[in-house]
Amino acid sequence: MTAILTNLFDGVAYGMLLFVLACGLAVTLGLMNFVNLAHGAFAMAGGYVCMVLVNRMGWPFFAALPLAFVSSAAIGILLERTLYRHLYTRSHLDQVLFTIGLTFMSVAAVDYIQGSSRVFINLPAALQGQFDLFGIGIGRYRLMIIVICGLLTIGLQMVLAKTRFGSRLRAAVDDPRAASGLGINVPQVFAFTFAFGCGLAGLGGALSAEILGLDPYFPLKFMIYFLIVVTVGGSSSITGPFLASLLLGIGDVAGKYYVPKMGPFVIYTMMIVILIWRPNGLFGRTAAR
Amino acid sequence: MSAASDVGHSAQRQARWHYGEVAFWLIVLACGFAFPSRYLIMTDILRLALFAMSLDLILGYAGIVSLGHAAFFGVGAYAAGLLALHGIVNEPVLALIVAGLAAMVLGFATSFLVIRGVDLTRLMVTLGIALLLEALAERFSNITGGTDGLQGIEMQPIFGEIPFDMFGKAGFFYSLAVLFLLFLLARRIVHSPFGLSLRAIKNNPLRAAAIGIPVNRRLIAIYTLAAFYAGIAGALFTQTTAIASLDVFAFERSADLMLVLVIGGTGYLYGGLIGAVIFRMLQELFSTITPQYWQFWIGLVLVVIVLVGRQRLHRWVLYVPNLVVKQVAGRKAVVAVPESDA
Repeated sequence: MTAILTNLFDGVAYGMLLFVLACGLAVTLGLMNFVNLAHGAFAMAGGYVCMVLVNRMGWPFFAALPLAFVSSAAIGILLERTLYRHLYTRSHLDQVLFTIGLTFMSVAAVDYIQGSSRVFINLPAALQGQFDLFGIGIGRYRLMIIVICGLLTIGLQMVLAKTRFGSRLRAAVDDPRAASGLGINVPQVFAFTFAFGCGLAGLGGALSAEILGLDPYFPLKFMIYFLIVVTVGGSSSITGPFLASLLLGIGDVAGKYYVPKMGPFVIYTMMIVILIWRPNGLFGRTAAR
Repeated sequence: MSAASDVGHSAQRQARWHYGEVAFWLIVLACGFAFPSRYLIMTDILRLALFAMSLDLILGYAGIVSLGHAAFFGVGAYAAGLLALHGIVNEPVLALIVAGLAAMVLGFATSFLVIRGVDLTRLMVTLGIALLLEALAERFSNITGGTDGLQGIEMQPIFGEIPFDMFGKAGFFYSLAVLFLLFLLARRIVHSPFGLSLRAIKNNPLRAAAIGIPVNRRLIAIYTLAAFYAGIAGALFTQTTAIASLDVFAFERSADLMLVLVIGGTGYLYGGLIGAVIFRMLQELFSTITPQYWQFWIGLVLVVIVLVGRQRLHRWVLYVPNLVVKQVAGRKAVVAVPESDA
């Protein structure tokens, strides 16, 4: 019984992490309809920035996290302004090719700068180990992830639903032409959102180094997970991707624990079945876009 | 002349063999005799060319974007490997066909999943299928050999007459023969009414359905055929290298294949063949400059190609040949700029 609960807890932490990693992609792919397979590269960038700051320069872990966000967001906005925006109107094939190219470049570049082996971030002692709560083993680090990611999710939902920027974004996504007719600077809104999504990915990358492992092949290894979150979750709100992340996280952890030999088999099968059953995602809009 | 016969006339003229095509195949054949020390890499190029032609059939002619074409390559590779290893089918040509059929069955089964949904769903489903097969191959390592791959494959002589030699000469000519035969078949298919209907579907599925083309059935048919081609390419891989390992299913293989086709151009069968040659040469060049980081440059090539625009790029590349043709023959270029795709 306690093993189940511990697994559930780990799965929730994993799912929350996936959500932070992938929710930027939910915006670009789901809302802006841009297939960005290079999303994992931004996450990796954040992870490596955090690693360098903490391990090499001796920064405290919690000070390095915001910087991971900022650096990934900066790379994001730079690439968006110079390269990505030319491709919004192009075919999906072009977008796929372009972002695969970027992914390959990022993999080789990080390999060149930091070497190909897996890196670890030195965690403060307060985050290591686990404690028992009513007999359930709870990892401190995972608990922190759940807290941070939970707060982020609530914050995102509030921003999207309550603020002026949130309504601008929703308007720009629903109908870019009408939105720009109303005086909303659509490219600016998209650029900002893209950068913010990249920043979140960077933060997720930094947080995930401990759990998912961080090496130059991170963008390729986890690409499919991000895509699953978005395509299964749909794009009508951030609730869909959030639930999909939790489902995926819990499913993956449970799958690895109970049927270790089946590996990722369960996840892929689930994804294909869901996509066949509901091509727009479990929680997506029913109308075809 | 009525419209129908006009269309037929134009289609027939398109289907006729050009001198350029004959020259192309003669050059390929001549390469086989001119560079006897390069058989291994040339065989590699032929295999890649066949694989790219398979993707071209669905991407260039039917507009199906696939990120998991390696699935069929892998099935073909493992099928050929297992057939040879356990001595089920010893004759290579027969084994090749059986392996191709195995991939074809998978292609037929998964085509129903692929024809549903739009681009994005197709990308995800094809990618998912390839990953699924990779996971399966890893899971059943007692059959596939797991990460070590199938080892100790010994190929019997072709038709019981021509043995595979260690310089790869027999392998090269065998691959070339297979490629040429399958090319002839593909050429016949894309110029047939069936092939023309595929182009109609690619340009506008709704309109194609309105003029009475059974869209889904045509897509299933071409997807199944492409799977057969990819399976043959995979089987050739196993037969000429005597190894099949998990990386036949790898995502990089599918991604590289896209690059091959993008370099060569989609929607005309030579795109895959030319792309394979250029891609392999680029890869060789980059890996001699930077052995570990060649992937960076491959990525850069992809990014640049997309940013410049594929159609513009092909216009530039074909500028000189077209100019020559115009000067010499005094008519419009024979080398057409490939149509825009997907």
